[in-house]
Amino acid sequence: MAGEAHHGKKRGTFVQRTIDGLAETMERSLYAERLSEQAGVLQRLDPRVKFIGTLSIIMVAAAARNLTVIGAIAAIAIMLATLSHIPLKSFANVWIGMAVFSGLIATPAIFITPGPTLIAIPVLDWVITSTGLRSAAFLLLRSEVSITLSFLLIMTTPWMHVLKSMRSIGIPALVVVILGMTYRYIFMMLQTARDMFEARQSRIVGRLNDADARRLATATVGVLLSKSMQLSNDVYLAMQSRGYRGDVYTLDTFQLGGRDIIAIIVISVVVVTGFVFGSGLLG
Amino acid sequence: MQPVFSVRDVVYTYPNTTIPALDRVSMTIHAGQRVAIMGANGSGKSTLLRILDGLYFAHAGQVEAFGHTLDEHHLLDESFAHTFRRRVAFVFQNPDIQLFNPTVFDEVAFGPLQMRWDKETIIQKVNDTLDQLEISHLRDRAPHRLSGGEKKRVAIASVLVLDPEVILLDEPTAALDPRSQSRVVDFLVAWGNGKKTVIVATHDLDTLSEIADDAYIFQNGKIVAHDTPQALLANQQLLRDANLIHEHVHHHDGQVHAHPHIHFGHHHHDAQ
Repeated sequence: MAGEAHHGKKRGTFVQRTIDGLAETMERSLYAERLSEQAGVLQRLDPRVKFIGTLSIIMVAAAARNLTVIGAIAAIAIMLATLSHIPLKSFANVWIGMAVFSGLIATPAIFITPGPTLIAIPVLDWVITSTGLRSAAFLLLRSEVSITLSFLLIMTTPWMHVLKSMRSIGIPALVVVILGMTYRYIFMMLQTARDMFEARQSRIVGRLNDADARRLATATVGVLLSKSMQLSNDVYLAMQSRGYRGDVYTLDTFQLGGRDIIAIIVISVVVVTGFVFGSGLLG
Repeated sequence: MQPVFSVRDVVYTYPNTTIPALDRVSMTIHAGQRVAIMGANGSGKSTLLRILDGLYFAHAGQVEAFGHTLDEHHLLDESFAHTFRRRVAFVFQNPDIQLFNPTVFDEVAFGPLQMRWDKETIIQKVNDTLDQLEISHLRDRAPHRLSGGEKKRVAIASVLVLDPEVILLDEPTAALDPRSQSRVVDFLVAWGNGKKTVIVATHDLDTLSEIADDAYIFQNGKIVAHDTPQALLANQQLLRDANLIHEHVHHHDGQVHAHPHIHFGHHHHDAQ
């Protein structure tokens, strides 16, 4: 891979860093595909069971009003990742990204939610309330648990199987086709962007200043958008040429086995227990 | 005998342009013919293939396929579209746009699935086609991660699986290494034992006489010549005017001189 040649270079020009980033993203996609073929606990399950199970547990986490329940679901997810040979360090980027995103949304709640004062910030005259802190913790934990479970599903299931699972539970064909095509376009756009930046790199001497780097990035986005429109049109023509008329047909060969039945029972127990304790039905 | 394609005075202009990509083009193609559409980049070759595949529709003139008018209205009819797509296959120049499924097997199965063949038939046909094109070992690989030559063979397999009567190929040997080019040419020569119709858009003169027995030269959207490949290849002035050959300047015995750059023949055998 081209990306391998760049490993170890932490800093460099704007163009070089962009090329490295694009290559790394493509590498991660290959890595995910390799992981989904490993003989782990989740990889052996029927994709439909995993898909429905993931959705159900995410819903329980989203509805839970008890931090212990959400924490327990997070612990289960980490245990499953270990049993499925998914290195925890591969979650790092996802966790950090989600923490930053949720943190931005959650931070104001710490200050504006009414409740008992926990810490008063002098000068600014702001107060951190225990209710606000609790709300922020809920938002952050729920988001982290949801992204962890979704990431686990993607890392242990070939993408096409995820799409087929969606169809098998009645998600409209159009949605599934759009998702499938989006994945394909993202990969092609990454390749195209990397080619474009490599072509630029071969014609640049020295280091770009910030303004030039911004101009280059803007120009590249414009060209990529134009290329993606052309590409989407051509791919659609290629699909039409082979008889595509809007409906999706797949060779579904999923079959529930003994371990899938056990997984369904375990998931059901987790969902019911999580719902009962999380919703506070027991007091 | 009814022609496979009958094209009469076809005009096609791309949106936001004024110069027609095809300008009053007429041709008749019969079953079993192997036709080369030659021309420089932008001469209208790819546009013609897309019109013949019912992807673009002529702004003027008439196109008939198997005796039926080929237009947007007729292709909305499910029965007609089903039959037409089954009989006519198109291999795009850039295999990347044709390969949109997650695995090679899924890619080749896409066409038969649209034809709603039964599952056993699809699996059998896909496996047979993968064997035929010697790409069975790629069946579980992601198509967009294959080499250029492998992608091209998967693209060909993805249309061949339907056992079409007509195959349209846009620059089938472009950007391929010599071995991959040779494989594609060998396939085109052998496919259907001469009973199938092959229409190839190309500017590769090297393989022309092997893959076609009838050839058109396009320039600026118009047909400027129609003859056998051998007759067209012998007319160097015509080829130069159509930008299919160029002056090749090089050093020779200490002198710089120029001559037309042209290659004939995929390979040669001595008479047995």
